[in-house]
Amino acid sequence: MSPVLRVSGLAKSFVMHAQGGLELPVLQDVALDVAPGECLALVGPSGAGKSTLLRSLYGNYRPQAGSIRVRHKDEWVELVDAEPRLTLEVRRQTIGFVSQFLRVIPRVATVDVVAEPMLRRGASPEEARRHAEFLLGVLGIPERLWSLPPATFSGGEQQRVNIARSLISDYPILLLDEPTASLDVANRDGVIDLIRDRRESGAAIVGIFHDVAVRDALATRLHTVALPGVRA
Amino acid sequence: MTKPLLSAQGITKRFGDRVACRGVSFDLWPGEVLGIVGESGSGKTTLLNCLAGRLVPDEGAVLYETASAGTVDVHRLSEARRRLLARTEWGFVNQDAREGLRMGVSAGANIGERLMAIGARHYGDIRRTASDWMQRVELGLDRIDDRPTAYSGGMRQRLQIARNLVSNPRLVFMDEPTGGLDVSVQARLLDLLRGLVDRFHLSAVLVTHDLGVARLLTHRLMVMQGGEVIEAGLTDQVLDDPQHAYTQMLVASILPV
Amino acid sequence: MPDTTLDQGAYNYAYLDEQTKRMIRRAILKAVAVPGYQVPFGGREMPLPYGWGTGGIQVTAAIIGRDDTLKVIDQGADDTTNAVSIRRFFARVADVATTTRTQDATVIQTRHRVPETPLKEGQILVFQVPIPEPLRMLEPRETETRTLHALSEYGVMQVSLYESIARHGRIAKTYNYPVLVNGRYIMSPSPIPKFDNPKLDCNPALQLYGAGREKRIYAVPPFTPVKSLDFDDHPFEVEHWKESCALCGSRETFLDEMIVDDEGTRRFICSDTDYCQERQADSVK
Repeated sequence: MSPVLRVSGLAKSFVMHAQGGLELPVLQDVALDVAPGECLALVGPSGAGKSTLLRSLYGNYRPQAGSIRVRHKDEWVELVDAEPRLTLEVRRQTIGFVSQFLRVIPRVATVDVVAEPMLRRGASPEEARRHAEFLLGVLGIPERLWSLPPATFSGGEQQRVNIARSLISDYPILLLDEPTASLDVANRDGVIDLIRDRRESGAAIVGIFHDVAVRDALATRLHTVALPGVRA
Repeated sequence: MTKPLLSAQGITKRFGDRVACRGVSFDLWPGEVLGIVGESGSGKTTLLNCLAGRLVPDEGAVLYETASAGTVDVHRLSEARRRLLARTEWGFVNQDAREGLRMGVSAGANIGERLMAIGARHYGDIRRTASDWMQRVELGLDRIDDRPTAYSGGMRQRLQIARNLVSNPRLVFMDEPTGGLDVSVQARLLDLLRGLVDRFHLSAVLVTHDLGVARLLTHRLMVMQGGEVIEAGLTDQVLDDPQHAYTQMLVASILPV
Repeated sequence: MPDTTLDQGAYNYAYLDEQTKRMIRRAILKAVAVPGYQVPFGGREMPLPYGWGTGGIQVTAAIIGRDDTLKVIDQGADDTTNAVSIRRFFARVADVATTTRTQDATVIQTRHRVPETPLKEGQILVFQVPIPEPLRMLEPRETETRTLHALSEYGVMQVSLYESIARHGRIAKTYNYPVLVNGRYIMSPSPIPKFDNPKLDCNPALQLYGAGREKRIYAVPPFTPVKSLDFDDHPFEVEHWKESCALCGSRETFLDEMIVDDEGTRRFICSDTDYCQERQADSVK
């Protein structure tokens, strides 16, 4: 199958102005392709730039050079230096991101947190709520917590809410940053199943999996990330 | 929509020798919330007032795509048309709610005013609409005949929002809408604003010095310093990967909780 | 008893000098040309203080002529101190005939009432106005009220009516009830009871309004639509009385409630003294 995500020549450094303009190059000349049904696991030592790469794919970090092209609404679009509204549209419809941390918004009930992306895409409130409740059930969040804001949940519960929110829409491309980081084994397996289902339904996935077992269960390919100048 | 909802082109405003804002340009598209952040004196409020037609820029133009009359140059409109626009398609939420409310009349009258200004003449209907909006901004219906003088700061702010939104504006300007309010009141207000922006597909230009507010409410961010826009982009990108020295300093200055 | 006939050397005709009369007439013409619009004028010092009808007097002085017949009423009565004083003033300085009969007058100066007897084409009704700006209580800034009138931004007026209903269950304003003139300007009809508002609509007479302290003149030309403001579901209504006039038996006029003795006996009597007397005279015939 042909790729839906193509990266080439990607370069990213951080310039720390407070430290006298110290420049830290993190990514240099990165290239990769991902096709539907593939799960590309980013591997490499800590601090090598895996997270930086993932965030750059989402538009959260700004690369200095290179190209990130995605298949969006049957067209190729370039995400590097794209207009904000294009990136927002791509995030709404094409690329989903599971971060390590749930950004907690005060006062919004868990079920509404999860349903929101689906509502944004135009689904009816009833349909979105149904889906949200289903996912929360699959991920083992007890029903009594559904109407509470997640601010007081445990780390693992928040992470599962995060995953539910990111997976409620059928994104063609999924970016996963340590999705099972704060989960115990039982919950972890549930998440693995969900993600594998997505992969098998045709999602193209790029992920960082610290847990080797998770990586082995999900990855179809590995991609090594190394700091510039360091041999992979 | 093929044209931006609001287009700022080279906005420059001086006060004597001092340049309050210089050469600011951007396009705002429907459904976008644009944040303008900066510290005191950065020019953000001056810029907002130029965009909203309250101040005339010395250079540049503000173009607005109306609902049914094409593109207009905001500062070339007659005063009558500009005031009508401000009362119908636009909203303006002031930092101090007292400036955006009639303190001497009831909450219901405050909310109903825009309707009456465009010809609504049925008391019962006006009151019903006002009641709907009281509920949407979480004000108790039993307070509808109270004057804003009897309201707390957070309640006044919510009333100001209702008063603006009753005419279903397409574009809302907000100047530090949560400034000066208690933290819990702020949280409630921010959540309300988020919900209303989503539900009514509002576009907004929001001025704030609080990066947390920007993170929560805005899609895009412009950082101003000394009258210039020194960085702009997606909100999460500007806050998570700041490029400019000043932006990095601002982000690093947020007190951890 | 001082000689009250016209002393040719002491005053200019009708007290005001010719330039002043010219200026006021220009203001009146402008006012007539734009019904309901408040025209500023250079008000002069008059021989009575503000609040006693200086605006009305200046308007009357500018239009009155030797062939006119003047009637002056105060709250409908020809015989109050003020009405008598003003009538005598013009008799002295304008050498003009005076009357208490509405149908015989060519110029009628009034404080706070419209005569009950229907007016005819050719008659002029001059109102004494304390506060000409109908929006004044809602918007204290003159700069802003002028802008509101210019742009026809009258939402604030409707807001005040809403507020009245919210507070009292109905529009509680019973005098100085705001009206829309010729579909364009909102006007204060002066503190006449709302009972009189319908008389202003398409009246054959010319209505002139003078505010001396505020120095404004406005006008409603003959046969001009004048509509009292209201809501669709709270329409404008006039006052009604259960009683009839104790003197003439009228059931259709504005009645004053009088306490006639130390026991507190109440009687309702027509406020318009001329109309009441005419009715009494008719019933005797």
